[in-house]
Amino acid sequence: MALRQDYRVPAIAVAGYDSPLATRLEAIWRTPPGWRGVLSSVDHKTIGIRYFVTAFAFLILGGLEALAMRLQLAGPQLRLLTPEQYDQLFTMHGISMIFLYAGPVLSGFSNYLWPLLLGSRDMAFPRVNALSYWTYLFAGLFIYASFLVGAAPNAGWFNYVPIASREFNPGPNIDFYALGMIFLGFSTTVGSVNFIVTLLRTRAPGMSLNRLPILVWGTMTASIANVLVVPCVSLAFLLLWFDRQLGTQFFDPRGGGQPLLWQHLFWMFGHPWVYAVVLPAMGIVSDGLPTFCRRPLVGYTLVALSTVGTMALGFGVWLHHMFATGLPAMALSFFSGASIIIALPSAVAVFAWLATIASGRPVFTTAFLFFSSFIVLFVIGGVSGFMTASVPVDWQLTQTYFVVAHLHYVLIGINVFPVAGGIYYWFPKVTGRLLDERLGRWNFWTMFVGFNAAFFPMHIAGLMGMPRRIYTYPANVGWSAVNLITSIGSLAFAVGILLLLLNIAVSLRRGARAGANPWHAPTLEWSTPSPPPQYNFVVIPTIASRHPLWEEQLGEVEPQRRSRLDQGYVLDQGRETLGTTALDAEPDVILKMPSDSYVPLAFALAMTVSFVGLLIQHPVVACVGVFLLAAALVAWLWPERQLAQTAAEPIEEAQHV
Amino acid sequence: MSDAALAVGEADELMNVPRELPLGTIGVHASGWWGMWCVIATEAALFAYLLMTYLYLDLQARSPWPPGGPPSLMLALPNTFILLASSLAVWLGESGLRAGSRMRALIGLLCGAGLGMAFVGIQLLEWKRKTFSFESELYGSAYFTVTGFHMAHVVVGILVLLVLALWSGLGYFDQVRHGPVSIGSVYWHFVDVVWLFVFATLYLAPHARSL
Repeated sequence: MALRQDYRVPAIAVAGYDSPLATRLEAIWRTPPGWRGVLSSVDHKTIGIRYFVTAFAFLILGGLEALAMRLQLAGPQLRLLTPEQYDQLFTMHGISMIFLYAGPVLSGFSNYLWPLLLGSRDMAFPRVNALSYWTYLFAGLFIYASFLVGAAPNAGWFNYVPIASREFNPGPNIDFYALGMIFLGFSTTVGSVNFIVTLLRTRAPGMSLNRLPILVWGTMTASIANVLVVPCVSLAFLLLWFDRQLGTQFFDPRGGGQPLLWQHLFWMFGHPWVYAVVLPAMGIVSDGLPTFCRRPLVGYTLVALSTVGTMALGFGVWLHHMFATGLPAMALSFFSGASIIIALPSAVAVFAWLATIASGRPVFTTAFLFFSSFIVLFVIGGVSGFMTASVPVDWQLTQTYFVVAHLHYVLIGINVFPVAGGIYYWFPKVTGRLLDERLGRWNFWTMFVGFNAAFFPMHIAGLMGMPRRIYTYPANVGWSAVNLITSIGSLAFAVGILLLLLNIAVSLRRGARAGANPWHAPTLEWSTPSPPPQYNFVVIPTIASRHPLWEEQLGEVEPQRRSRLDQGYVLDQGRETLGTTALDAEPDVILKMPSDSYVPLAFALAMTVSFVGLLIQHPVVACVGVFLLAAALVAWLWPERQLAQTAAEPIEEAQHV
Repeated sequence: MSDAALAVGEADELMNVPRELPLGTIGVHASGWWGMWCVIATEAALFAYLLMTYLYLDLQARSPWPPGGPPSLMLALPNTFILLASSLAVWLGESGLRAGSRMRALIGLLCGAGLGMAFVGIQLLEWKRKTFSFESELYGSAYFTVTGFHMAHVVVGILVLLVLALWSGLGYFDQVRHGPVSIGSVYWHFVDVVWLFVFATLYLAPHARSL
């Protein structure tokens, strides 16, 4: 019986972060120092920070591409960029911001925060987590490698045929994009699966679904959507690559193919993706804003349901990107109606945030400024979206700068501003030091003024008829003034981002010490030291409400029934955490967690080899890559006794037990 | 807020008391079981998009679709039964393992893999007999893309079954710790169920339409 351990009664103890138990856990969970740790770590906090830093690197690259375009457009008939360079820049700007920054930066937040919010010691699949990061990094570098051969993607981020077909785009530009997106889609998918299983399996006891932070609702909704729609765009890009390199005619009307099929496949993915990159960011606001209003979020249940509802509707609106393609009026009406109805769940969330501020006692920190200004930008972006959901308005405005203004209000307003607020909010948790508030004010106001100066005039440029994606314009059409203002505003916005980076650089060394909970925030992550130890929680906490750290002041829970943060399952026989049931979060299983491993990196490198083989059309290289992939996968999944994956004894003896 | 009062009692009385818990991969307690269902969800979506693409091109086609009339069922129909039989074999093997028989697991997994290989062989024969090719015309591109995607999944599934058979042979699993075999099996069943959709769309539907 002692040899064969299939069941265990885990010890329960009261222990803090200075107990001998904590020292023991520290040793169990420690990542090896130096390069070994860098290449093998599977700690969700390390991976979260990596996601974050990498996403910001792509944000800066995408920002520099935007600045080059704004210099070119600052005045009429400038010759800073050639048309071909301009095409590559606006395409890579879109790819960088939408695929390599906006989604991954939120994965950074969620990877870092989820186990801390849920009361777990890591994600459900720590090695998959490492894999999703490495493949994201390599896919991003794969797409960016196109610059090295002077052939970056150049057909816009939605890459319509026939401009993306081989006939009109014979270089490798689109191949980098097509294969890179399939590669990136793999990363997004495995990351999303990890979030879903983590949510279903590793919540602390008592953390039922109605006690989840809204960030968790947002990321869960986005992850489910990704699992369902990423295959659509991967398929689209694969078929395009077939058309371009293997002689098929899926999108070529001369062989019976359908150019519109590309648009359907792209936008059936594309529109849910837009929600995938904003819903978790809205979750950041829903969780952060109440802390600075000193009260719980108003309408928690409605906000959670509006998050899910937005996505559910978001699956059925893709045609509004295709209103001008000559589709039947019946289809247009239906999709126009669905697009307009999305205003309802969005409005629910907006009024919940407004009511939280109005009925709270706001503390005007930098984070609060970012969170509350986000509401303003969301409303502006929402109204312009509501306008273009109407078919006749869209016919007037599609392919103009009005749409560019709309999408930047939506993506920067709902993604970048909450992300900046989230940085100010969680930086002390991650680093143990506060960001500077004075520099923070400068940072916020520069970004806010710069952003509106840059993008509000774009609405006007669009109404004046300026088409998007033109590399220059004549002097006599009256677009010069708005474009100059936009260019100046975008420079100011860039300075604002620079101030954010400056604040981070300075505060990392000289910021005030934060302590565990500098904002007196209500959620579980603030019960850990800053920065949290690698094992997160000494004992697995038990949760009794939505605000484990505010129970006393809110008086919602009777004293003897409050959340127990210092008493719980010990789980210290190797890397372990608690698995709980999916709905009620009752203790269900002791999960054995893997040690640090090089296999995810090896898997990601093998995948890179395969994709390079496809890009250079070298079957041997591609096959070697696939073979290495299979080998890495078998090594990865080989059952380990240490992880309690194998039968411990011959089966005959076990039957006697 | 009312939720607080609801489950608190349980929190202390049920959730924070010593109790015996399964350790590691017991039965289908493994996280991998949940992970596999997510993989199946995303793969099912992939095949839905593939079939949607096929049907979209079908509905918009200006020339006959399929070009030479409905495809012959001579090979595809028996092949469908071979694939279903492989699912049965794998199911018998997995339930044998759950009942404590490692031998049944080994036989079931190997028979499943063998029937899978037979399916691949017959499918390759069928491909060879086609008068069109992957790049000769649109229908051919669609046909070979959909069936090729499925074939790739079958090949991956066969490798999965063989690795599981190896691990079973090495004595890694028993009636308590059978997680990997159950997870691998459910993937194999999925690959078979998907074939039914592919078969119905690419083979049966054209016949139904020409009735």
